[in-house]
Amino acid sequence: MSQQNEALPDLVQPERERSRTLTRFLSSKQVRWGIGLVVVTALLAVFGRILAPYAPTDPITTPYAPPGNGLLLGSDQLGRDVFSRVLSGGLYLAWMAPLSAVLSVGIGATIGMVSAYYRGWVDTILMRFMDVLLAFPGLLMALMFVSVLGPSPTLLVFLVVLALIPGVARVIRGAAIPICHREFVLWAQSVGIPGRKLIAREILPNITSPLLVELGVRLMWAVGILASISFIGYGIQPPTPDWGLMVSENRTGLATQPWAVLAPIVMIVLFTVGGNLIAEGGARVIARTEGK
Amino acid sequence: MTEMIALSSERGGDRAKRASRVRAWRKWGGKALQGVLTLFLVSILIFFATQAMPGDVAKVILGVNATPERLEVVREQLGLNLPLWQQYVNWLLGILRGDWGNSLTNGIPVADTLTLRLRNSLTLGVLALVIMLPIALVVGVVAAQLKDKAFDKLFMGTSMVINAVPEFVLGTVLIALFGTTVFRIFPPVAFIPPADMPWWHPMALVLPVATLIIGGVAYLSRLVRVSFIDVMNSEYIQTAQLKGLSTRRILYRHALPNALAPIIPAASLVAAFLIGGTVVIEYLFSYPGIGLTLVESVGNRDLPLIQAVVLIIASAYFVFNFIADLFSGSGANGRKG
Repeated sequence: MSQQNEALPDLVQPERERSRTLTRFLSSKQVRWGIGLVVVTALLAVFGRILAPYAPTDPITTPYAPPGNGLLLGSDQLGRDVFSRVLSGGLYLAWMAPLSAVLSVGIGATIGMVSAYYRGWVDTILMRFMDVLLAFPGLLMALMFVSVLGPSPTLLVFLVVLALIPGVARVIRGAAIPICHREFVLWAQSVGIPGRKLIAREILPNITSPLLVELGVRLMWAVGILASISFIGYGIQPPTPDWGLMVSENRTGLATQPWAVLAPIVMIVLFTVGGNLIAEGGARVIARTEGK
Repeated sequence: MTEMIALSSERGGDRAKRASRVRAWRKWGGKALQGVLTLFLVSILIFFATQAMPGDVAKVILGVNATPERLEVVREQLGLNLPLWQQYVNWLLGILRGDWGNSLTNGIPVADTLTLRLRNSLTLGVLALVIMLPIALVVGVVAAQLKDKAFDKLFMGTSMVINAVPEFVLGTVLIALFGTTVFRIFPPVAFIPPADMPWWHPMALVLPVATLIIGGVAYLSRLVRVSFIDVMNSEYIQTAQLKGLSTRRILYRHALPNALAPIIPAASLVAAFLIGGTVVIEYLFSYPGIGLTLVESVGNRDLPLIQAVVLIIASAYFVFNFIADLFSGSGANGRKG
């Protein structure tokens, strides 16, 4: 490692740049709130079932019982405890959404950087392919494949990633193109550093800011798409508790027992708003530093 | 090229204008060709994603107990024994000729079902768009003028939350507020009988349209706000202020036309957003449009219907995004030049 640094002094700098970006991001109140919301919601979704007073799939009282009698949020359309179901209903979302966000940003950013660096026919082919994927709104892509293959968590993650990749690729390509013309990239090129290494060591550390913003945006979208699929009935299947599914299941009782619908809605909102706060705060940090 | 430039400098502006027009045509023509090619690839993806997947269409039609002979007859009728590429060519030619095949569940031609449902969806979308645009414009301009004041901060916070939440959450909250739990003003479902025009049931349309409008305004008015702040900070507006022109005159005569330029692509993006959102909204309100058709046909594995609806939604979504791209590109060039 140290040998490489001596040989290529320019490669040391990016490390410092990366840590500076992170501290700059964390200085934004919005970003801190966003990360807080996402982490708290995700932790609650993963470990909430330990706190659940009842089994989430067992009917324990009459359908649509109002809050009271030891039930914090009342019961749902089959007489199950809403509070327990909310606590255990985020498990799938809690791993599927962040995984989809990370994968789509990873793959999308790679495609974007390769396009920006090589340009020419590589760029043309990759971007045309992205255009084709971009023609499908996220939910449509999922519905099309789920119609034939049936719902499964792995398939859903794959489809959400496929739907989110083109957006990331476009943004990162736009952010990477000006960097590809900067001196240190041209210098590295002239010394004969191969493209793969150059992208990883020179370009990647310089686009960490847009990458973090993208991570927030795509997390928000992933939660939205996954919850929507569940809501429509092609995601997590009953009787497994799931926030999107709970909204759909208990809609008919909205007049008598609104808590069965509102409680899962609050959880979904906390998750997506957290993602959007990260994205917005991050975008503001970028705007502020670029303005200086 | 060099020849053209030489000529135009010799003969003056007329030639130069024509040359630039030729170049513009060539550029737009190239873009259009690219768009058609992309749509072609989209149709390939849709067909192969649905048709080439495991699962026997003939079994879907006849049920699990069908005899092998009858299955074979149905496969023959539907052309399922042909090679896949030939099935695709037949499908695409059929689509282009207006023959969209028959539904697997009820045998009704897909085109007949879809004209009805498409009319309902378009009513919803156009209504939302027409009401949304002026509201977004006013809200955005007001927020820009009160930048960093209480109203602006409230607006930024609210629109951030609305932009973050999925459409069905927004719609469900509206139903709880105005349809069931708090007030019972509007019906929570928007069922339109097939023989009726959607606008015969204005009360039923209120909540679904309102859901689309609130989502769209939250998105669009932010773009208006940013673009307006940019324009107001530009040199020529500051010059106008120094000249002592009235605020209103500056606003309507100078700022607005320039702030509107990026709004054309934004409006197309909102149209795309409306198309993407219809599936969930129509399902939520049981509104008989193409989105609900898609959800139903996915449940029935009704392939011809799924293929047709996905093709319509994807094409429309693509076209609006394409227009947005085209205009935002030319807008940027215009401002530079």
